[in-house]
Amino acid sequence: MGRTLFDKLWEKHVVSGKNGEPQLIYVDLHLVHEVTSPQAFEGLRTNQRAVRRPNRTFATMDHNVPTKDIFNIKDQISRKQIETLQENCKEFGIRLADMGNENQGIVHIIGPQLGLTQPGQVVVCGDSHTATHGAFGSIAFGIGTSEVEHVLATQTIWQLKPKTMGIHLHGNLQTGVAAKDIIMALIAQNGVDFGTGYAIEFYGDIIEQLSMENRMTICNMAIEGGAKMGMVKPDQTTFEYLKYREYAPKNIEKAIEYWKQFFTDNISDYDTIIEFDVSSLAPYVSWGTNPSMAVPINGILPKISNINIQLAYDYMGLKPAIKATEIPIQWIFIGSCTNGRLSDIKEAAKIMNGKHIAKSVTAWIVPGSRTIKHEAEKLGLDKIFKDAGCEWRDPGCSACLAMNPDKIPAGIHCASTTNRNFEGRQGKDARTHLASPAMVAAAAIHGHFIDIRQKEVI
Amino acid sequence: MEAIKIHKGTTLPLMNNNIDTDQIIPKQFLKNILKVGYGNHLFHDWRFLDNGSPNPKFILNRPEYKDATILITGDNFGCGSSREHAAWALKDWGFKIIIAGSYSDIFFMNCTKNGILPIVLPQIAREKFAQLASNDEITVSLLHQKVICHDRIYSFDIDPTWKQKFIDGIDDIELTLKQEHKIQSFEKSIPIFE
Ligand code: SF4
Repeated sequence: MGRTLFDKLWEKHVVSGKNGEPQLIYVDLHLVHEVTSPQAFEGLRTNQRAVRRPNRTFATMDHNVPTKDIFNIKDQISRKQIETLQENCKEFGIRLADMGNENQGIVHIIGPQLGLTQPGQVVVCGDSHTATHGAFGSIAFGIGTSEVEHVLATQTIWQLKPKTMGIHLHGNLQTGVAAKDIIMALIAQNGVDFGTGYAIEFYGDIIEQLSMENRMTICNMAIEGGAKMGMVKPDQTTFEYLKYREYAPKNIEKAIEYWKQFFTDNISDYDTIIEFDVSSLAPYVSWGTNPSMAVPINGILPKISNINIQLAYDYMGLKPAIKATEIPIQWIFIGSCTNGRLSDIKEAAKIMNGKHIAKSVTAWIVPGSRTIKHEAEKLGLDKIFKDAGCEWRDPGCSACLAMNPDKIPAGIHCASTTNRNFEGRQGKDARTHLASPAMVAAAAIHGHFIDIRQKEVI
Repeated sequence: MEAIKIHKGTTLPLMNNNIDTDQIIPKQFLKNILKVGYGNHLFHDWRFLDNGSPNPKFILNRPEYKDATILITGDNFGCGSSREHAAWALKDWGFKIIIAGSYSDIFFMNCTKNGILPIVLPQIAREKFAQLASNDEITVSLLHQKVICHDRIYSFDIDPTWKQKFIDGIDDIELTLKQEHKIQSFEKSIPIFE
């Protein structure tokens, strides 16, 4: 019997412990942000412990950053968290992409962008969307604050080895259908907990054709299907992406040789397999209050078959049997670690080019990092958005979780390229509709969702 | 961490599935830099009306449930964000045990770090607990891996290592640092491509 990509990665990182029991796993890269780290550093101080490997730790601030004017943090408590991170990084000798620094941005965007995230690694961060980094062929997962403290102190983490699930993506993707739609459809069809207890590997022709950015979008949302980890085997696309990045190995050819050992031997090695033919896949939009409550754009909203659906309709102010295209949109948000990369911003700009958003719509475009912002500006994309009537903002998590001043008002339907449509996620009583960047951009122009596969409607 | 061996307490049912950590503790309360004080904000958006007064319909606000230490709930409890604040808030409120259909993996780990015992039992058992009166006690024996409710006994599974940690209430980091030599020798074996 062979081994899966995940098995090989796992075996390379076991420091101690037997199979079937929690094992001590070595962490190659620990990403830190301001929200889930203060109590961890405090714990180190109380116990007079140091950070074991500052050179394997990298910090930035993202969740609290106001994206209209980043240097003007009005919320005193947000400011306190940001300052606490600055002080902690100084005291413990940790690299920090500080406010306004060219490298500052959403933690899951800057890790890959800087070449910190690499194949063959174990990557952790006090944030559930750490799954994103699995796109490089690494074990990457979110951890709680106690675990952050544990990793800071020991560079290791106790974990019970999960089971493995292979998701085979094959067929032909129609024009207008995006990586986001693949993962949204998988969750809509299999539920928000189908991946609980599993490490998922996405494989197949479709994955091989996708860019690193798109692979990241898919792995990012593995957690919305319950899986702590989503991953893709490293290949030429991965290696090309990493070449010349600031923190990528200098001797990259040698590293590539090493990385090439990480792949699944036989599909029969997975504990479970999901087959998914993307050929008939339509763009997806969410209508409810968890990511599985989503329908294809040519579909209608489901009937009320249980209390959870009833509660979701009550919150969203929608009712069964209306068409997905009839969902009214008054706000749009393009950004986040799911879809805030340059390629996402380009997709949205393509749709907005030469158009204007509907009068009733407010539109925020929030690049995932300062570098992305500057690259987009070099391409003149900011101008396309501004001419279309959108606000072009500074990088940060922004309205993805609305912990900062960037909140969607109560009762407003917001088409959003983010990953969670939970109650109150984007602001108290705000109504989130998840979709791909192109779908969200098109919704801004029309004031409701449209099927972007039909060229004539754009 | 406080040790748990046997716990006797009353229950509070909140039977929805997929209760996410954004619901358990909304983000505006994550800005604190301490580990305590989150209990006041537990389930905030369900617990308080728009004018800030407690929602009398929400079960956590009912005085007869104020001493409940065992939360009975649905499937996939604690999904979503990794925020440990969710575990801190439940603990701060006074919950010591959760009995759900399943948990998100990250939330489960956060419970193990904070002395909240996350138990998995089938719906049939949970529905029975959900019907108990607010002053009706049940007993959870971690030692024997059993929940005892009147004349019924329900067994549950738990990984032996996590079980021992709950029983001993020990600090993980201390334990790991005892393996320093193993970590050191592991570090020597990591390939570096400078
Ligand atoms: S962009 Fe959203 S999902 Fe991603 S790290 Fe920030 S808050 Fe979390």
